[in-house]
Amino acid sequence: MTYLAKPKFHHPGLPKNDLGYTHRDYEGTVSTLCAGCGHDSITAAIIQACFELSIEPHRVAKISGIGCSSKTPTYFLGNSHGFNSVHGRMPSVLTGANLANRDLIYLGVSGDGDSASIGFGQFAHALRRGVNMAYIVENNGVYGLTKGQFSATADRGSKSKRGVTNTDNSIDLAAIALQLGASFVARSFSGDKQQLVPIIKAAIAHKGAAFIDVISPCVAFNNHAGSTKSFDFVREHNEAVNRLDVISGRMPIEVQYAPGQIEIVEQHDGSTIALRKLDADYQVHDRAAAQAFLQHHAAKGQIVTGLLYVEKDADDLHAHLHTVDTPLNALNEKELCPGQSALDKFNASMR
Amino acid sequence: MPTAKSSAAPISRVNDFVVRFANVNGSGSASANEMFARAIMRMGVPVAPRNIFPSNIQGLPTWYEVRVTEANHLGARGGVDLMVAMNPQTFDKDIAGIEAGGYLFYDSTKELPASKFRPDITVIGVPLTAICNREYTDPRQRQLFKNIIYIGALTALLDMDVKAVEQLIGEQYKSKPQLIEPNLKALNIGRDFAILNLSCPIGLTVRKADKVGDRIFIEGNASAALGAVYGGATVCAWYPITPSSGLADAFTKHCEKLRVDPETKKAKYAIVQAEDELASIGMVIGAAWNGARAFTATSGPGISLMQEFIGLAYFAEIPAVIFDVQRAGPSTGMPTRTQQCDIISCAYASHGDTKHILLFPENPAEAFEFGAIAFDLADRLQTPVFVMLDLDIGMNHHLSRPLTWDDSKKFDRGKVITAEELEAGKDFGRYLDVDGDGIPFRTYPGTHPTKGSFFTRGTSRDRYAKYTEEGAPYVDNMQRLVRKFDTAKDMVPRPLQATSVNQTKYGVLYFGSTAPAMDEAIHMIEARGHALDRMRIRAFPFHSSVNSFVADHDFVFVVEQNRDAQLRSLIVNECGIDPVRLVPILHYDGTPITARFIAKAIGDHLDQLKLTPMKVTS
Ligand SMILES: Cc1ncc(C[n+]2csc(CCOP(=O)(O)OP(=O)(O)O)c2C)c(N)n1
Ligand code: SF4
Ligand SMILES: [Mg+2]
Repeated sequence: MTYLAKPKFHHPGLPKNDLGYTHRDYEGTVSTLCAGCGHDSITAAIIQACFELSIEPHRVAKISGIGCSSKTPTYFLGNSHGFNSVHGRMPSVLTGANLANRDLIYLGVSGDGDSASIGFGQFAHALRRGVNMAYIVENNGVYGLTKGQFSATADRGSKSKRGVTNTDNSIDLAAIALQLGASFVARSFSGDKQQLVPIIKAAIAHKGAAFIDVISPCVAFNNHAGSTKSFDFVREHNEAVNRLDVISGRMPIEVQYAPGQIEIVEQHDGSTIALRKLDADYQVHDRAAAQAFLQHHAAKGQIVTGLLYVEKDADDLHAHLHTVDTPLNALNEKELCPGQSALDKFNASMR
Repeated sequence: MPTAKSSAAPISRVNDFVVRFANVNGSGSASANEMFARAIMRMGVPVAPRNIFPSNIQGLPTWYEVRVTEANHLGARGGVDLMVAMNPQTFDKDIAGIEAGGYLFYDSTKELPASKFRPDITVIGVPLTAICNREYTDPRQRQLFKNIIYIGALTALLDMDVKAVEQLIGEQYKSKPQLIEPNLKALNIGRDFAILNLSCPIGLTVRKADKVGDRIFIEGNASAALGAVYGGATVCAWYPITPSSGLADAFTKHCEKLRVDPETKKAKYAIVQAEDELASIGMVIGAAWNGARAFTATSGPGISLMQEFIGLAYFAEIPAVIFDVQRAGPSTGMPTRTQQCDIISCAYASHGDTKHILLFPENPAEAFEFGAIAFDLADRLQTPVFVMLDLDIGMNHHLSRPLTWDDSKKFDRGKVITAEELEAGKDFGRYLDVDGDGIPFRTYPGTHPTKGSFFTRGTSRDRYAKYTEEGAPYVDNMQRLVRKFDTAKDMVPRPLQATSVNQTKYGVLYFGSTAPAMDEAIHMIEARGHALDRMRIRAFPFHSSVNSFVADHDFVFVVEQNRDAQLRSLIVNECGIDPVRLVPILHYDGTPITARFIAKAIGDHLDQLKLTPMKVTS
C-alpha cells in the first residue's frame, strides 16, 4: 500500500517541508463555517501541524461525527480520505478503520455534543482501548449546528445567548480522559496557535490514545458575556501549565533551551517533545497528580491548558490484540483462507 | 420396582422416536445429554437434537430433545415418545406431553402417588438419587454422575451400543484422564441397574445403521463463524447477546487455530468486544471502509440499535456483514426461543428509503457457505449483507453435510481502484456508474498521494462525492442504488425448486430453518392425497423465478416462523404480487416449526379444496 509521493508543482517561492510539500498540500476545501468560528482556527492548526511533521498527506485518515466541528475534515488534508460518519460515533468508526490498517495516521475530529452527550460512551471506550489516534474535541459548550442548545460541557451557571442559565453540571472531557486511561491528554484553546500546533503534533506522534480538548468559541451562539467558552473568558482564565515544542529528527535540544527549564519527552516515532514548564510543580507523567491539579484549578474557575499527561511507554490496541505487522486489509486469500485441507481436519473432528 | 403397565399399547419403534430430557439449568445435564445424542449418531443413526433452555444460568427448567430418525427427518417433530423427567418443577407438564403409549423415565427415590402418572404410558422408575447417595459422598459428584447414570440406564432400555458412549467419554476427557474411570463407572451403575431390575429393552430401540455417512454434527454458529474465516474476515466487532454470542466465540476459537502466524505467533485477525451494538457495527463499517473484511454477530435487539449505522453503510456504500441469529421478539421477547422475525427489520433497516441484501441459510453447511460468500457480496455490492440465522440453526447441533471449499477460489474484492490505475490516469468518481450496473468504484484510504481520495458521508452528494442538497443529483444517486439492488438479484444465491410428481396448482415458499420440517411435511401432505410444488428462498432481493413460481400456481403457501408473515409482506411489496395468492402458514410460539404443524395447516387448507383466501382490509 505504500506509494511514493510526487508533490504537485507549486509556486517556487512557497516554503517546503522535508518531503517537499508546501502548506497548500495540506489544505482542504474552503470552510463554510461562520466567519470567526473557533473551529476554523483548529483546522489551520491541524494543517500547520501536519505540514511541520512532514506527513504524507494521503496517509492520514480523518474521521468525524456530526456537527459544525465534524464538518471540518473537509477543510484540511484534501488528499486524504475522510469519513463524516454519524452523530457521536466517530470513535467506533475510527477504531474499526485503525484495526483494518495500522499503517495510517488516524485523526478523529468531534464536537462537545458529539463526544460528551450522544457519543459519551464511544468516547470513553475508544480511549480505554488505547486506539492509536489523535482525538480532537472542538469544544464550544453548545450544539452549534442545531443552533445553540447547551452541550454537556457547558459550565453550570453559564448563560446561553437567549439568557437561560445552565443548571446541569458540566463534563470535563480532559479530566475524564485521564480517568479512562488515555495515554496522552492535553487541553488547548483555538485562539492560541502557538500552544495548539505543537500539541497536535505531539498527539499525532504519540502511539496510543491521544486526546485533546480544544476550547473553541462558537461566535454564533456562545461568545457573549456570561458564557464560559467565549474568547474573552478563556483568555482571562487560561492557566497554561507548559508550552511545548515537538522536534522531529535529531536536533540538539540543549542548544535551544537552558537546562532545568525544560523536560524532554521521547515519543515512539523518534520525535521529542521539549516541554517548557510554566508551572514548576506540574508533573506531566503523573496521572493522579494531573487529575488533582485539574480539579483544584477548576474549582477556582481556571481553565488549565497544556500537555496534561503523557504516558512514557504507551502502547495501543494492536499491541493488546497482538496483531500482525502487515495491515489486516493487505492480507490475501493465501494468508487468510485455510483451504480444504484444514476443512477436512475440521470435518473429521465434528463426527 | 415401580414399572407400571400402560393402558395404551406401548409404542414400538426402531430408530424413529423422540426422547426428551427435562432437567434443571446448570445441573451439568447438557453434556451428558449431548453424549447420548452423539452415541446414537455413532451407531450410524441420524439424530436431530434441540436444546430448549431458559434465559437463566442456574435453576430454571431446561429441556433437551433428541429425535432419532433413520429416515433423516431432521426438523423438530413435535410430541415425545420417551420423557426422561429429571425436573420435579416441570414433572406434571412433562408427563402431559408424552404421546399415548409412550414412556416415562423418572427418579423413583421418592415415592409418588399414582395420580401423578398417566395410565396410557409406561412408567420406568430408577431410584437415581438413592443410588447416587449410596455411591458418592460429594454433593457435586452426586449431581454430575446422576446424569451419566441415567444415560447408562437408557443404553440398556433402548438397546444401545454402550461402546459408543464409552468411546465418547474417553474422547471428552482426553485432557483429564482421571475423570474417565469414574464416568465409566457411573455409566455402568445405571446400565447394570436397568439390566437387573427393568425389562430391557422397551419398545423404542436403536439399531445400528449406516445412515449418517460422512456428515458432521455441528452448530450453525460454529459453521457460520468458520465461513467468516474462509471468507477472509479479519475484523470482528460484537456485543454479547443470545443466541449470537456463540458465533463470535467460535470465530475466536477458529482464528486461534487457523489464523495465527506460525513464525511470529501474531494474529491475522482482530476481535473486539464492543461497548454496545452501535459501536460494533460502527467498527465494522470503519474497518470495511478501510478495506478489511469485517463483520458483527447479533440478534434482534442489536439490529434495532444498529439501524442508523446500517443506513449510513447503505447510502455511503460501505460493505458490512451482519450475522443476525434471530430470536423471538419483540423487545426482549423470548430471548432463548427461536423465530424468523427480523425479516422486515433487516430488509428495510434504517430510516429513509433503504433495502438490504439478506441471505437465508437452511442449516449449518449453508451457514458456512453463505457466511463466506457474504463477504464477496458485500465487497462486490458495497453494501450491508445480512446472514439470517436463527436460534434453531445457530445453537443446536445439526447433522450436516461436510463443509467443502474450492481451493482455486479467489476473494472478490469488488471494484477497487489501485494506485497504479490512478497513476495511469483512470478517471475516478466515487459514485459514477461506470458499468451501468449501479456499482461504483472505490479507493481504499491511503492509496495515492494526489489522486483517488474522496470524502465519505451520510449526506447527499454528487457522482464525484461532493456534498450537495440539489434534487437532481440526489434522485440520480437514489436511482443508481435501485439499479445496484437489481444487479444483486442475479448475484445472490438462487431459490431452489422442487416440482411435485403429481401436477398441482398449489405451491409452497419457505426459507431458513423451516427447510427440514418442510421436507418431511411434504411427504405427510402427499400422504393426505395432495400435491405441492416447493421453492426454498435463499436470498433477498428475490430472483425473478420467485415471481414466476407464484404466477405458475393458483395459490402459494408461505411458511414462516413469525406472527406477521414478514416474508410474505416482502414478496407482496417487492414482487407486486396480489396478496390473496399468498397464504400465510405461521408458527411463532418460539419452538422450532414442526412437520406435523406444517402438514396439518397446509393439509387442512387443501382439504377444504375451495380455499378461502385472506381478505385484505384497508
Ligand atoms: C442521531 C442524531 N441526533 C441528532 C442530530 C442533530 N445534530 C446534528 S449536530 C448536533 C450537535 C452538534 O454539537 P457538537 O458536537 O457540539 O458540534 P458543534 O456544531 O457545536 O461543533 C445535533 C444534535 C443528528 N445529526 N443525529
Ligand atoms: S454555529 Fe458556531 S460552531 Fe457552528 S460554524 Fe458557526 S460559529 Fe462555528
Ligand atoms: Mg459544540
